[in-house]
Formats: sequence, structure tokens, C-alpha cells
Amino acid sequence: MTLIKTSINRRSFLKSSALAGGGFVLSFSWLASCKSGTKETLTIPDEWFKLNGYIKIGENGVVTIMAPNPEFGQNVITSMPMIIAEELDVDWKNVIVEQAPFDPEIYTRTGQFTGGSAGIRSGWPGLRMAGATARRMLQEAAALAWSVPVSEITTQAGVLSHKSSGKSAGYGEMASAAAGIEVPEEVKLKDVKDFKIISTSQKNVEGKKIVTGKPLFGLDYKKEGMLIAMIVHPPAFGMKLKSVDVSVAKAMPGIKDVFTIETYKDDYEQQGFDLTTFNELIVVVGNTTWEVMNAKKAIRAEWEVFPSYTVTKRGWRGPETVHIPGGLESTSNHRREIEERAAKPANILRKDGDPESAFKNAAKVVERTYTAPFLAHNCMEPINFFAHVTADKAEVAGPLQAPGFIESALSARIGLPKEKIDIQLTRMGGGFGLRAYCHYLVEAAVISQKVNAPVKLMYTREDDMTFGIYRPSYSVTYKAALDNDNNLVGFQVKGGGVPESPVFANRFPAGAVDNYLAESWELESNITIGAFRAPRSNFIAGAEQSFLDEVAEAAGKDPIEFRLGLLDRAKNNPVGERNDYDAARYAGVLELVREKSGWNGNSNPGVHRGVSAYFCHATYVAQVLDLVMENGKPKIPRVSCAIDCGIVINPDAATNMAEGAIVDGVGNAMFGEMSFNNGVPSKTNFDKYRIIRQSEAPKSIDVHFVENEIDPTGMGEPPFPPIFGALANALYKATGKRYYNQPFFGESINLG
Amino acid sequence: MAIFNLKVNGKQHQVDVDPTTPLLWVLRDHLDLTGTKYGCGIAMCGACTVHVNGMAMRSCQTAVASIGNQAVTTIEGLSEDGDHPVQRAWLQHDVPQCGYCQSGQIMNAVALLNANPNPTDEQIEAAMDGNICRCGTYLRIKKAIKSAAAYT
Repeated sequence: MTLIKTSINRRSFLKSSALAGGGFVLSFSWLASCKSGTKETLTIPDEWFKLNGYIKIGENGVVTIMAPNPEFGQNVITSMPMIIAEELDVDWKNVIVEQAPFDPEIYTRTGQFTGGSAGIRSGWPGLRMAGATARRMLQEAAALAWSVPVSEITTQAGVLSHKSSGKSAGYGEMASAAAGIEVPEEVKLKDVKDFKIISTSQKNVEGKKIVTGKPLFGLDYKKEGMLIAMIVHPPAFGMKLKSVDVSVAKAMPGIKDVFTIETYKDDYEQQGFDLTTFNELIVVVGNTTWEVMNAKKAIRAEWEVFPSYTVTKRGWRGPETVHIPGGLESTSNHRREIEERAAKPANILRKDGDPESAFKNAAKVVERTYTAPFLAHNCMEPINFFAHVTADKAEVAGPLQAPGFIESALSARIGLPKEKIDIQLTRMGGGFGLRAYCHYLVEAAVISQKVNAPVKLMYTREDDMTFGIYRPSYSVTYKAALDNDNNLVGFQVKGGGVPESPVFANRFPAGAVDNYLAESWELESNITIGAFRAPRSNFIAGAEQSFLDEVAEAAGKDPIEFRLGLLDRAKNNPVGERNDYDAARYAGVLELVREKSGWNGNSNPGVHRGVSAYFCHATYVAQVLDLVMENGKPKIPRVSCAIDCGIVINPDAATNMAEGAIVDGVGNAMFGEMSFNNGVPSKTNFDKYRIIRQSEAPKSIDVHFVENEIDPTGMGEPPFPPIFGALANALYKATGKRYYNQPFFGESINLG
Repeated sequence: MAIFNLKVNGKQHQVDVDPTTPLLWVLRDHLDLTGTKYGCGIAMCGACTVHVNGMAMRSCQTAVASIGNQAVTTIEGLSEDGDHPVQRAWLQHDVPQCGYCQSGQIMNAVALLNANPNPTDEQIEAAMDGNICRCGTYLRIKKAIKSAAAYT
């Protein structure tokens, strides 16, 4: 048992009124237990008693738990409330989950950020505390009612009991009294062995709403009198608006107004996540989507190339000046510039031992270069946001990963203090990092303010795919030195990108090699980039794991044995002190995937296997991908995946996440690419931008979790990066060809 | 603008819209049936799939004027209580991640099973290839279709 000090923000316990949730209407139960064909409904209580910002209990024992983080597919809307329910000690069947609005005073300003695979990891202590604190208040209420010591009150599945007197009561009976109890200063947390909900598979609490098409998403949001708005942005990176003729569009049926807006004013000092690509936009506002789409096509605008400029942004490290080059960039030029830049000296991030001598004296040197293009996020739900801004308040609702990041920009732009701004979080049709950059919320609010009406801003697919904030384009060169006994005695990584470097200097195999050098460079660009599922790791993992495969081959060693040998060195006699991984846990997932995939028992000559392992976002993942060639086409019959993310909150949901990450990774490795010609994106829709489809997905994926009692970490990103390497390594076995440049296949070749 | 009488989910509706308006936007903007999703607008992603006389159609590329008397079914009209075998199978396998494409996946799967009650893996892949799931839930979709086939 762990005793913790309660340090939840005080306002989450304010009890101005014990009653909460007046007008709270539920049309049906979206209960966790969705046995096919059966209907389970909860009786909605007459009164709700609020125990803290996360928990309301009805007089009949039904519990409402607020899901703090916005949801875009990781199922944190189920798993975060499960943690609260565990410590509250209720029956999950009696729990209703509700999406919380943005409220930094209850949930902390950064606490409602879904990203960085940090939701569960950073939410864990606070969510447990919220549940345990409410449980303690219920126990104290029962102790007072029964005049017995609180220490003698036990709980089980929503029932309070006092053994020696034989008294018992449901949480609902004590909820009213508990809501008036002083918040305890210390509470006890459960032992891991006593968990009843955590580590059991629970269905997505919104599953029923999703499969019946209920309005859940931002694009489904409606309000009386709401107008539809769309934007026209410049056709190329490096361009801005010169002039626009709105007369034809304005006269079209159903069109209310056509005008231009500036998302941020010139003197606004942007924070990192305020990033926008095209600050000046043409806006069309009308009654219906189709009318606005048609009017958008009638806009006649002239664009001009902008000169280079500098902008001051407030980042994590304080204000920094960013130089944005002018001109129209092309992928062909990027490739040449990358080659030239990579050949020049770079910024040394870490140096261990004497790499120069190690390479000079090596028996064998392996050197390989890997590249990857820009990628578009392509969330299935295009960018959109609802806004209704009036003189004294702003109501906004829509899909965003990071409400806390954009609130200041919104407040500054529309001239309303934060307490007058209400941000509602809708379910997101994908995020992948893109929706951490919420400039479109500000755009919607500025448009609403201008037309003085509730407005839903919607990007078309074409707008969504071409407005930037892409995964950067990368290049990395690895060098390995082997001695006469095929030991890895030197390792160099030198990488960069447009406009960001992918190199993590302190990741494996740093710490496992005596002579190590990590270098980094960057090339400026006016093509905007941002977080994309496992930023930087999503490229460097595949490159590194492909390279290690080739080095293992040069050393004449089994690729798993080779990696385990390095991890053994890092565990027992690490080089340097800043290595950012736990070598034993890293080796653990490799050993587990070796066992579960039957790596050593592969006797089928037609099955070609590739292995890969990576650690990022605090979670360890190893994968073995099986590949067969059928009629000259590669086909993936099976992927095995081993994961150490500590305690697994919701195993089936975590498995779903790993399956999806593997499919997504195979798709991006094979086909993902955005290129540019004179600043113009080469792809604007799914006719050209290839996304992996049903017939191309691996035929089976088995996911295995390391069992331990370590605090849980995240699942959204870590299973994604390594699969690029496993695929490249399996393709090599099948074809005899190494794949160094993503996308591996491009337009013409299909996966079978 | 022109008046159209549409039969959607068993009910008659009248809308006054431009005849070129895609069925998708009539459903979403005029009939408040937002379960049918906009994904690409060019019939490349399948998020907007509905049934027209029982056939799976991409509503983003189906002009309202082409519907006539044909019966339109959307995800909202697939079953009374969300208990169509395909919906039940989707819940059994907990298919969705973000969930945005799933209305279209389900409508396409229902049309597949109506035409072929016991599809093979290859037939499922061929029939479902037009529906993109960016989250990559393809394996669960395939399992759910096989389960639904077994229920019926």
C-alpha cells in the first residue's frame, strides 16, 4: 500500500454545491460491457453529488467519471477513467464516462494534452489520487454515519462495509454526505496485486456511439444559426496573398461574405504550438457546405513570393528568433542540398572514446545512408472547428490535442480573457500530432467575430493535405567499425533534416560502444513541420535498426544475438552516463519477441523475417515481421510484437493501438511521401497520396506485453517507429536488396 | 435550386437544394444525419458510404438529383438499436480507434455480406479496399466481418 499526499488542484474539490450536473441528460447508456445483442442500461439518478472534478456519484450508486484528455483513437477516454474507477473501488459496470471540457484549474494546464504518449504516464498519479481521495471521503462519511472508526470501513465494488457491526451501504447512499467531507490530506493507494479493473480488457466507452453514427466529431457539431466557413490558402509554400477578387464568389447563392483574415496579428509573439503556415487567408462564409465549396472555386486571387523574414517565438527555452527563408522550394533541390550539407562538418552532440582511431584501426567499416520524405498526417477527419464569439464570451468546440497550448493565442487574438472562453473537446477523427497545432481554432474564432455568428470552419481534404505542418524530410549516415573478432568498436551517427534533425545522441547504441560520435545538422525551409506520431523516432528507428541488421550481418552474427550482446554491454558496463534507456528492459522485449515469434525455429524457406527494436516515449517495443513473396509481390502474413509499457491499463485497447501502429508504419514505409515542386505540394488528395489499404495490411499481428508492476507508460507512438526497420530487414531477406530510402515502394508496386 | 423528395432510412424528406449537391451534404447539412462522413470528396476513401437501393455508394460523388425514388440507408438507419449483426460484431471486436471511418466501413461491410454472406479473406480484402482506415484497424474489421457472417 502506498500513502500519498493529496496534491490535486484545490478547485477540483470545491463544493460550492454538493449537487452537480443539473440538466445532465443521457439519452442512452454507452456502457463498457457491450455483449453482442444484449442491452444494458443504467438508471440515471435523480441527483448527482460531486466528490471532485473527476467524479460524480448519483444517489442510486451510478458513477460518472470525467475523461480529462481529448480522444483521438488511443482510447484514453476509457483507460483514464478506468484508473480512477480502480482507486475509487467501484464496479466498472456502474460507471458512465463523460468527456471533460478544457478546464486547467481542475485538470492542470498541460494535463489535458493528448500527445507524446504521455496521457497515461503523466495522468497516472493524479487519476489514482482522484479516485482514492473520493473513496476516502465516502469511507469518512460512513464512519460518521455509523459512529465507528474510519479505519474499520472497507470498500468493495461500490459498497462500504463495517464488519463488526454488520453495517453496509452503497456509495450512492453516502455520496451526499461524502460531498461535504473535508478533503483528506493523505490517502492510501491500492497495491498493484489488488487491482480489479486495471489490466482487464474493457470495451471502448464510445464504441456504441461510433458504430451507430452518433454526432461525436467536431465536423458533426451543430448549433442554431451556424454558418459554414472555408479558407483559401496560398497554392505554394513561400507564397502569400497579393490581391483577391471576391465579387463573383460573394454573389453566389447561399454566400454570406467573402473576406480575408490574419490568424495572428503582427505583434503577437507566437508560442511553439501556435505555428501556422499561411497567416493571411481568404475566407468564404455561407449557409451550407456545398454552396461554400462552390464559391471557394470562384475565388480569383493573385499570390506572390515572400522574401525571407525572422520571427520571434516563445519556445520551452524562452524567446527564440526563427529565420524563415524566402523562395519556392522543390524536393529535387532539397535532395541536392541535403547531400551537400551532410558532407560538411556538423554539430557534435556526443563523443565517447576516440572514434577517429577506432575507424582508422578497424578490420571492417560499414557505412550507409538512409533518407525519408516529408509526410502529411492525413487524419480522416479534416481540420475543422466551431466558434461562436460574442462581445462578452467565446464558445469554441472541436478537435484538438492540446487545448492548453492554444488558449493564450485565442485570448490575445479575440481580446477576451481566458475565463470568458469555453473550450469543448470533441472526439477527433485522428490526430497523429497534427492537432497539437490549433491555429484553426483561432481562425474559426476570428471568422465568427467578423461575421458575428456561430461558425463552423472546415478545411477540404485538399486544404488539409496542403497547408503544411508535415513530418520533416530526413537523412542520416551511420558508420560502424568492427575489429578482427567482429566486435563493434566504433559507431557514428550523423543526421539532419529539412528543417529539423532526427538524431537522439543518447539513445541506443550509445552506451554500448566504446568509441561513439553523434552529429547533427539542419537545413532551413519555409515548409512548416510539426510533430508526427513519434517525432524523429519515426524515421531514425527504422534507419538505425536497418543499419544494425547490416552490421550484424557483416559481423556474421544473428541480428537478435548481436543486439542482445550490445545491450548486455550497456547493462553491465555502460559507456557514458547519459544513456536514456534501461538496457535490461530493452533486452527483455527482444527476448520476448524472439520466443513468441519462434525466431529460432523458422524452417520455412519461403518466410523471410526481419527484426527491429526501439525505445521511445518511455516504452520498449520489439517486432519480428514475416514476409513472403507471392507472384513477385511481398505479402506480410504475420507480425509479432513485444512491448514493455509497464502496467497495461486496458490490454485489448493497447493491443488495438499496437496493431494500428504496425499497419500505419508498414503503410508509411512503403508508400508515404509528400514532395514539392516550386513550393507546390505534389499531392492534394487520396487519389495520389497513397494510404495503406485493407488488402495490403499484415494478415495477422500478435501482441505480447512484458508483465511487471512498473508505472504505466504510453502506447500511441512506441509501436510505430520500429516496424519500418523490421519491414526493411525482411524485404532484404526476401529480395537480397537493402531498402535505404523511404518510401520503399512508391506508386507502382502493391503489397499483397 | 430544386425540390427533391428523398426516402432516407424509411422516412420521406423534402429538400430544396442545388441539383448538383452531393447526397453526402444533403444528409449532413439538411437532414442532420452526420453519421455519414466527409473524408476526401472524390470517392477515394469510403468514409461517406451509404446504401442506395441496398448498394454501397459513395455519397460524396452521388448528386442528389440522381437519387430519384431510390431508398437511401445511412448508418443511423441500419438498425433500430444499433444491433445489426455487423454493428454487434464491431463492438465484439472493439474495432474503432478514432472511429471516423467506421460508419463507412460498416455500411460497406453490410453491403458485402448482403451480396456474399460468407466471404473469404480475399473477398473481404477486395470488397473493403476502397475504405481507408488511417488508424489501421483493418485486421479487426476483417475479424468483425467474419464474426458477423457467423451470427447470421
